[in-house]
Amino acid sequence: MYVDDRVARFVSDNFLPVRVHVKDDADEFQRLGGRFGAEWTPTILIVDPQGEERHRVEGFLPSEELLGQLEFGLARVDFSAGSYGEAEARFREIVEGRPDTEAAPQALYWAGVARYKATNDGGALEDTARAFQGRYQETPWAKKASVWSDGGA
Amino acid sequence: MPIDWSHDFEDALGRARLEGRPVLLDFSAAPM
Repeated sequence: MYVDDRVARFVSDNFLPVRVHVKDDADEFQRLGGRFGAEWTPTILIVDPQGEERHRVEGFLPSEELLGQLEFGLARVDFSAGSYGEAEARFREIVEGRPDTEAAPQALYWAGVARYKATNDGGALEDTARAFQGRYQETPWAKKASVWSDGGA
Repeated sequence: MPIDWSHDFEDALGRARLEGRPVLLDFSAAPM
């Protein structure tokens, strides 16, 4: 999954990359796989500096999808650290920059949550529900956001 | 541009704390 130079560069620039190979690192694979519940390969975990898993990707993804997921993982790390402004900016970059990936509707949802957490303004959630009325209607994220609409469930 | 993979999670986590960057932990069966 890392043969694409864009992916390799993104990983090198943004993460401390650790590989645990099912055969070549068998003991570590068993130890860390047990600790994090990794039961299949490839599984990618984004782990924050405190050692907490913040995002998980299971199974192969083509480069553009993988980049979206890695960016999403960075945003979740910011979100969990309470850096809601930075998180929202990262989420919105995914929506604008990789709008056709599966990460995009998920990022649109979480961008609204991040803005709400930063401002405590319910309008952020209503705006997000409205944004979903024009796109990503077939995704579970649109359904989740629908409860925030004016006439929400 | 090959990725400079570490195989020591705890060492990488220590560096992550110092550098303020997350760890990407890849469970892989791909040829090394």
